[in-house]
Amino acid sequence: MTFWSRFRPYVMVAPSIVIFSIFFIYPIFYMIFLSFYNWDFINPVKEFVGFNNFVELFKDSAFLQVLSNSLNYTLLSVSLSIVISLLLAIWLNREGAWYGFVQGALFSPHIVSLVSVSLVWMWLMDPKFGLLNGLLDMVGLPKLEWLSSPDSSLLSLVLVSVWKGVGYNALIFIAGLQSIPKDVYEASALDEANWWRKFYKITLPMLSPTLFFLIIINLISSFQVFETIAIMTNGGPINSTNTLVFYIYEYGFRYFKIGYASAAGVILLVVVGLLTLVYFKLLSRKVHYQ
Amino acid sequence: MARKSILRTLNVTATIVLVAIFAIPFLWMISTSLKSYPETVIFPPKWIPSKVMWSNFQAAWESGPFLKYLMNSVVVSISILLLQFTTIILAAYAFARYSFKGDKLLFGITMVTLMIPGQLIFLPVYLLLSKWGLINNLLALILPFASSAFGIFMLRQSFKQVQEELIEAARLDQTPEWKIILRIMVPMARPTLVTFALFSFIAHWNDYFWPLVMTTSDAARTLPIGISKLREVDGGAAWHILMAGNMILVVPILIVFLFGQRQIIKAFVYSGVK
Repeated sequence: MTFWSRFRPYVMVAPSIVIFSIFFIYPIFYMIFLSFYNWDFINPVKEFVGFNNFVELFKDSAFLQVLSNSLNYTLLSVSLSIVISLLLAIWLNREGAWYGFVQGALFSPHIVSLVSVSLVWMWLMDPKFGLLNGLLDMVGLPKLEWLSSPDSSLLSLVLVSVWKGVGYNALIFIAGLQSIPKDVYEASALDEANWWRKFYKITLPMLSPTLFFLIIINLISSFQVFETIAIMTNGGPINSTNTLVFYIYEYGFRYFKIGYASAAGVILLVVVGLLTLVYFKLLSRKVHYQ
Repeated sequence: MARKSILRTLNVTATIVLVAIFAIPFLWMISTSLKSYPETVIFPPKWIPSKVMWSNFQAAWESGPFLKYLMNSVVVSISILLLQFTTIILAAYAFARYSFKGDKLLFGITMVTLMIPGQLIFLPVYLLLSKWGLINNLLALILPFASSAFGIFMLRQSFKQVQEELIEAARLDQTPEWKIILRIMVPMARPTLVTFALFSFIAHWNDYFWPLVMTTSDAARTLPIGISKLREVDGGAAWHILMAGNMILVVPILIVFLFGQRQIIKAFVYSGVK
């Protein structure tokens, strides 16, 4: 073995590993380090404060609201999106050009920028001249405040997230449904049994890997919602749509409280990390059973 | 039989309603982008503008340095794609075809990176890039994405599927490794590379978060940031201008989607299932 052939693999992976280490791995540790300091970004001296940033965070009622907003948003949008997309998948899992077109239409919001989606929905939800209130008015229902009222603002964002996400989820479900072998249904002797029994006894268990996968990746991405909030609500009205990433952004980039923002970042890290661990646990169990 | 055809009609009607739910926001955007200001502020809203205002597009384009935004978007998405192709092909080949000391650890680093979203680490990365003087530089938008853990993961799988005999035969012929990669591996992995290219280009073309966080001046801003800033035109209620600007961002992607629908859907679904 020549010198070169021994070192070649390292040279080949080096560019990628360097990028990952500098921009993804190291920042995690740097953020954890910063969470123990007070720093305003300009002052050359960082003041060590131990766990004080975390204590301050949990004493801040605005932050507690941010946590509960994030949790509410995540649970609502993930559960709605999963249930709706599963139903759509069962309905639309058919051959033919028309169903291909319907699936494409459902999927289209997924490839459009969140900026565009946010702007269009902001306009649709305009309380004075928006189309949604126009439709409500047409069928004789009262107009809604949508994003302008703290009572409906978070729900409005959930609606946008579900609209954008169901198409992608439904198509993954369809791929899952199509991978269930036909003879499983035939062998089950449940042919004459009702639809619900068949769904509950066969489809759902066979689909469970896809289901878990989608639940976890939806949870992880919903917990990091930022774009719709930054564009549509700025966290308001009265903090009702302020969520974790937006809070970190504001404290880091508007108030320059780097240590404090990093501490909030560490909390996000813990949540995302736990969800990722659960995901890998489920994944390894699934492999084990096979 | 009659019952069956009624059910069929019901089913088709229901799918039309479903398609409408996803099409109406886009149609409403098109309708608004062609209206005059007074027609955007009437209630109940009207669908068809009485006079088509093509000038809205010009007004949107001229309300900011949009040529600059567009160029930045093109430069950033294309540079990322080219860099990623280089880095992921090399790394995926090494991970798929060589065994070397520490390969598990290095692949582990790649898999951990796959799980770290930008929303988690933007603050420390910003501090790092500002220390290097790269804020408001396109490099801040390109360098962190010069490689892709997801791409390496995907490509390694397809490189592993290439038959061992094919490579051994080439090696016996004294074919250099770089030629094996370019002549055998890359053509074999073409579908994966196309999938990845679509995925990466759409993601970075659409990206709002990273350019927002890493730039403070127009010099390095991309199209999504520019469009989102149209909210500030005329005190914020110029929906006809906003929707016209939005069309500039959406229409190219929708046209690409119309023609490559099958491929794009396969790309996204594949990447999700794998």
